[in-house]
Amino acid sequence: MSVAKQEMRAAVFPSGIASVGLGTVERQIPADEPPPLPPNSELTVIGKSFPRPNGRAKATGAVRFTVDIALPGMLHARVLRSSLPHAVVRSIDMSAAISHPGVRAVLAVADPANPKSAKLRYVGAPVAAVAAVSLPAAEEAVRLIRVDYEPLPFVADMDKARDPAAPLVHDHATAPPGHPSGFPAAANLPLNGNVRGPSIAKRGDVTKGFAEADVVVESEYSTSVQTHCCIEPHAIVADWRADGLTVYMSTQFTAGVRDEIAEAFGLPLNRIRVIVDAMGGGFGSKSSLGNYGRFAIALSRQAKAPVRLFLEREEEQMDAGNRPGTWQRLRIGAKRDGTLTAISLVSYGTAGVTVGAGVGNNAEALYSCPNFEGAQHDVFINAGPGCAMRAPGNTPGGYGLEQTIDELAEQLGVDPLRLRDRIDPSLVRREQRRIGAERVGWKERHSPGADSGPIKRGLGVAQSLWGANVQTNAACEVRVMRDGSVEVLSSVQDIGTGITTVLAQTVAEVLGLRPDQITVRIGDTEFPPGGPSYGSRTTASITPPARTAAWRVQQQLFRQAALLLNASAEDLFAREGKILVRSDPARFVAFRDAASHLRTDRVAAVVSRSDDYGGFRRRAGADAALAQQDLGGVQFAEVAVDTETGAVRVERVVAVQDCGRPMNPRQIESQVHGGVLMGVSYALLEERILDQATGRMVNPDLEQYKLVGVRETPQIDVVVLENYQGQSATDAYGIAEPANIATAPAIANAVYNAIGVRLRSLPMTPAAVLTALGKVAQRS
Amino acid sequence: MVSDLSRRSFLSGSAVTTAGATIINTAQTMTAQAENSADGPPLADTQPVTIRLNVNGAMRMAQIAASMTLAEVLRGSLGLTGTKIACNRGACSACTVWLDGVPICACMMLAVDVGARSVTTIEGLAQGETLHPVQQAFIDHDALQCGFCTPGMIMSCAALLQRNPEPNADEVRAAISGHYCRCGTYPHVIAATLAAAKAHRG
Repeated sequence: MSVAKQEMRAAVFPSGIASVGLGTVERQIPADEPPPLPPNSELTVIGKSFPRPNGRAKATGAVRFTVDIALPGMLHARVLRSSLPHAVVRSIDMSAAISHPGVRAVLAVADPANPKSAKLRYVGAPVAAVAAVSLPAAEEAVRLIRVDYEPLPFVADMDKARDPAAPLVHDHATAPPGHPSGFPAAANLPLNGNVRGPSIAKRGDVTKGFAEADVVVESEYSTSVQTHCCIEPHAIVADWRADGLTVYMSTQFTAGVRDEIAEAFGLPLNRIRVIVDAMGGGFGSKSSLGNYGRFAIALSRQAKAPVRLFLEREEEQMDAGNRPGTWQRLRIGAKRDGTLTAISLVSYGTAGVTVGAGVGNNAEALYSCPNFEGAQHDVFINAGPGCAMRAPGNTPGGYGLEQTIDELAEQLGVDPLRLRDRIDPSLVRREQRRIGAERVGWKERHSPGADSGPIKRGLGVAQSLWGANVQTNAACEVRVMRDGSVEVLSSVQDIGTGITTVLAQTVAEVLGLRPDQITVRIGDTEFPPGGPSYGSRTTASITPPARTAAWRVQQQLFRQAALLLNASAEDLFAREGKILVRSDPARFVAFRDAASHLRTDRVAAVVSRSDDYGGFRRRAGADAALAQQDLGGVQFAEVAVDTETGAVRVERVVAVQDCGRPMNPRQIESQVHGGVLMGVSYALLEERILDQATGRMVNPDLEQYKLVGVRETPQIDVVVLENYQGQSATDAYGIAEPANIATAPAIANAVYNAIGVRLRSLPMTPAAVLTALGKVAQRS
Repeated sequence: MVSDLSRRSFLSGSAVTTAGATIINTAQTMTAQAENSADGPPLADTQPVTIRLNVNGAMRMAQIAASMTLAEVLRGSLGLTGTKIACNRGACSACTVWLDGVPICACMMLAVDVGARSVTTIEGLAQGETLHPVQQAFIDHDALQCGFCTPGMIMSCAALLQRNPEPNADEVRAAISGHYCRCGTYPHVIAATLAAAKAHRG
């Protein structure tokens, strides 16, 4: 890095939690970065709830999603998928498909000549793909493909897959290797049968720690497989031409998809353009090119025509990723006063045919404890691949940890909040507990199962931890035109979280304009490379370079204005569409007028994300890093459990979160609603059900696969701290994932508080509640 | 396809594809031949039907396959892509349009069955440049995130205000209880719709 050689200067930043009291912190910052941004209370645009610039297009149906794109001569593709959970393709005959009217290209994905690709490992695994002049023609051609499968023994259950005698899903050659970064799984782990791991994390000596404990709790928790259920299907339009490839794709990472295409198809980066205009939700599942993306590009190359491929809902459910199911055993030792002495964690999880089914780092990192040992395992089964989903790992992990902490509190005879006050070193969460407890009326909380009637109410709390990710490979351009109009450009994409709004606000604040005067052009790799929109990193990664770029452009404009105002450029500032002289604010020039005197049609600056001021905690590969302070939150849930029907109703959730500097409170509230509701859904409803006799998902739709709807939506109170740390030009971080982690365990703790019986697996369905209450027999 | 029975094959009475070890083409029906996406040139042996649809106050003609749903015709033949298809079986309501002012799932109705009834889509809701109060309220209250479920959601909320200008929150919930939004906009959708009703009353 060139940071060491950079010219630096000292700057004093606001520091601390606004509701507690702000101090200052001095940082060394690059000399060519803007001065510290004051707290939101002193700003006019940042920190205010401006509406989305693309709101009108979304509310009128004018906005174009990938499935809405139709190019001249465009073909339509469909994929033939395996109906067997484990098989070898002995032969594949596509002659009838090829000769079917309207078919323009066919692709054998499972190649009998290639032992590696001929093996199918899950129902829904792609076998072949077809592009034709119409969707019905492509569908019919797919039906005409004749495949001879040799069925193999399979295993579709994690516990059975752990049996050494179980059918093997992978061997050493085919098992996914993991990644040096540890995500989605660590590299170089042993493989025994279908079990990969353990991945060990360790500090201190847990044996000694447990020996020192006065109280030890031990619990087992399991979680279901949750599917992403983006309402917009995964979709791509690939347009392969002699002079280059243009791809329209519903993706969380345009620049990353471009890199993947370059590698997969041997194209130079300057011949590939990836575009996403509107993007209909990803939640982790649209982070990469995917197998369907490769098929569409290959078909387009073959047919010499644009090809559109989108997944049907059933394909979404089977082959577009999922949140892995997990089992974990937690053991926590504590002194009588609550001081933790040891935490041990053993987990097994399954991401189907791939890796990444760990339970995260909350058990390791949320609380002060000198002795920790974690052993996490991936188990392969013959089921569709998992992938990152909204706070991967930590969401199932938090479900187990936060219930075990409550169990410990009960054993110690102490209020769960007081125990957390004792063992949680975070000042941010301390404040979040205080605010949330007051808001939810924690003092009124009764003892478990205290309500006398059949409907029992309960109150629960849970906390969360999520790393503050930053993509350092992220850049942004700001342009001011001669007519005073302003553009912001980056390949970063708006997946619904509202970065378009936040970029407009960031630049408007610098230039003294309104956000609606800024045009934000993003989601196109023709622009400077923005980072991915996953890992809750978009705002943290792209708003600092946007502010710096706007500031640098402004310096150029100020030099122009200084001549007009007969003042020094250093004595100018911008406000309400004007450039004013600080020492004599009666002297000013309109922003537009200053721009009209530019020597060229426009002035511009391209800026990439600098390192956090004060440094990162650690790098995460070449392109990303983790900020010093984690993100998190504390959530409280109020539930009513009908002990006659077993139905759990979440009546209220109070979510107290933090994301550094909040950039747009209403959009943050929207994202927290989304995180909480996905958590309510995870807690009560969602479960991929595999038929053990066939390996098929029996609910691959949106009616038998249950999602939270408005009827199950509780009152959600959102409180977001302003937490300033002076770490970047905006000091803003993410919110999407931390808002999801604590919901399910808060609900689970509330259910326990309601009925006095603890549920240890997800989802907490009426049947599960009645079983826990001993009202129906245990399912075998 | 893994699906044993798609709506398309069901509608055309085609045979069920087996899930056995060998995929056999049993669907020797007129299914594909009778269908023709508006996006591609017609196949040689198609027998398209011509329909007239009253959409957003204008009569539109379309040559379609008889098995095409209203959602497919709106999005394909008529280019009205504001209507979204997300589950394609009436489970998520993303495709909601009005039929004579009543919200329906356009993916669950054949286009040939619309007849003389009027169809209103999200593109037809605004009066020129003036947004419907529900559309404006959705923007003001951030009742949309990714925006994919939004057109359907707005059509249901706007229909609610047509038949009940002063709904309470429970009545808004009832109106959108068939809609799925994975981004979690429900609380803001309720707030927006109540605000739109209030603004409409003045």
